[in-house]
Amino acid sequence: MSAHRIIAFAGLAAALVLPLALQAADQSFYVGFASRVLIWAIAASSLNLVLGYGGMISFGHAAFVGTGAYVSGILIAEGVTSAWIGWPVAMLASAVLALAIGAASLRTRGVYFIMITLAFAQMMYYLVNSMKAYGGDEGMNLPARAVLGFGFDPGNEVTFYYVVLAALFAVLYATHRLVHARFGRVIVAIRENESRAEAIGFPVYRYKLVCFVLAGAAGGLAGALLASHGKYVNPSVLHWTQSGTLMIMVILGGVGRLWGGALGAGVLLVLEHLIAEHPIPWLLTLAPDYPQHANLGVGLVMLAIVLYAPQGVAGLFSRKTGKEHG
Amino acid sequence: MSWTLILEQALNGLQFGLMLFLLAAGLTLVFGIMDMINLAHGSLYMLGAFLAATLVQATGSFTLGVLLAIPATALIGMLLEIAVLRTLYARDHLSQVLATFALILILNEVVRIVWGSDMALSTPAVLSGPVELLPGMPYPSYRLLIIAVGLAAAGLLYLLVAKTRIGMLVRAGASNREMALAMGVDIRRLFTLVFGAGAALCAIAGALLGPLFAVQVGMGESILILAFVVIVIGGIGSIRGALVGAVLVGVVDTIGRAFLPHFFGLFLPPQFASAAGPAIASVLVYLLMAVVLFVKPQGLFPARG
Repeated sequence: MSAHRIIAFAGLAAALVLPLALQAADQSFYVGFASRVLIWAIAASSLNLVLGYGGMISFGHAAFVGTGAYVSGILIAEGVTSAWIGWPVAMLASAVLALAIGAASLRTRGVYFIMITLAFAQMMYYLVNSMKAYGGDEGMNLPARAVLGFGFDPGNEVTFYYVVLAALFAVLYATHRLVHARFGRVIVAIRENESRAEAIGFPVYRYKLVCFVLAGAAGGLAGALLASHGKYVNPSVLHWTQSGTLMIMVILGGVGRLWGGALGAGVLLVLEHLIAEHPIPWLLTLAPDYPQHANLGVGLVMLAIVLYAPQGVAGLFSRKTGKEHG
Repeated sequence: MSWTLILEQALNGLQFGLMLFLLAAGLTLVFGIMDMINLAHGSLYMLGAFLAATLVQATGSFTLGVLLAIPATALIGMLLEIAVLRTLYARDHLSQVLATFALILILNEVVRIVWGSDMALSTPAVLSGPVELLPGMPYPSYRLLIIAVGLAAAGLLYLLVAKTRIGMLVRAGASNREMALAMGVDIRRLFTLVFGAGAALCAIAGALLGPLFAVQVGMGESILILAFVVIVIGGIGSIRGALVGAVLVGVVDTIGRAFLPHFFGLFLPPQFASAAGPAIASVLVYLLMAVVLFVKPQGLFPARG
């Protein structure tokens, strides 16, 4: 058994016992927080499929998460409460949106692709903002979480945690199988050298589009879980800074690594929580309102990583540019 | 719905479009010459507005304050280019996106610490009233000033880019960077200059739009994305494309918001029209972008052949 596998199984074991440990330590509040981290881990992992494996710098991934959240939220609000209907429909809706956005934006490359994915995501943001019937810019409260059936109570935080954990592992396992199959090899080949992949005879556009759509669907699942988790949907899920945050998660955790998205989501959200809720006393005396300016720290750290440790940021990408010039 | 109302909204659209052009012009040159994506361009727009508001307060004169804010923002832009952005040119796009996204977070917080979340900037008293443009059609004189300044800036930029030696070098860099380098153009210094000019244009737009919208943290972000739409429509690296795209986006957005709900009401049931009208109006420019992309993936005026 490789070291990689041992770490993976240790992580799985830790995730499995976490709620029980939190309850034993009388910190049940954190079970809900852990679920939120896992949901963002799904969202970041889905972006990692496009960004890390596919090499497509999509700056609009929040649109797929948000669409999933809104579709499942609207279904619950309209009385379709079953998760077994709502969540697949949410994934399908995000996949269809990804198909439309991908079909238009994958015709272009480079900075065009970045700008166009960003612009289409912003379009979705304005669209949900103007949906007055579903809360408009104020968002919409949901009466309850999606119903699971089979005796599971989704309102129970521990049950919901395990549902989210199962979804995360399903997404990670599917990603693992996908990137080790022929499809994944082709996607990575396209990332490394698109012209060469095209010259070999792969339908590059179609492969990229399928990758984009699959990631969109997984993003939609994260959104559906998010809507149920907070019993609330809000346009800010689709805001473009959310796309940027997802990207930061992927970079922090490791671009094109299976656990990258999950790891990055965990690190970023836990750090954010610590800065906002558990201020350090001596720092407070120096700068009394530093918890309100947490983004300054995030920005400086990101900038320093990109400027001074590019290998740590995107080893995979710099290898690619090296080849192009060499 | 009268003709004067349509004309008024078209003028509003032109005014917004010209301000969009000021943002998009700097951005498109940065893209075109260095193949670099700069998300922090909107932050310079924000900085320009905050500096203008401060300087207008300090000097007591709107004109003087705005005129001082322009070189100040240009200076900040050039410092930013030398300190941070210069190292990013050779990097991949992902690094550029991340570093400039980080810059947005940093600059937003710096502005919040220095100035707070927002600032007051009002139209100068002389220009607060309307002028009678046509008989029976009053139009705010401040908006006319914006149109005049926007047209003047566009004209000046055109002369600079099309008729001067520096402009020739800029065009050479935008249409073929390697060739310009091989012919001995000092791209590095040229680019610092272009960046400073872009920042100055941001400051003009920020200072002039400040009284109409609001001078607040995050004001540069939504307009930045509209500037991206403009560049995608116009074609990367093309000033002419930026002008056409900006006016197109400004007019379509303004006219759409003003008249689409009414237009839908002509043939749709009212409750549906009042819901669909604003929704379609808010995404109209993005649909326009999609159509342009479908017909011409390189934009309307591609700078590279």
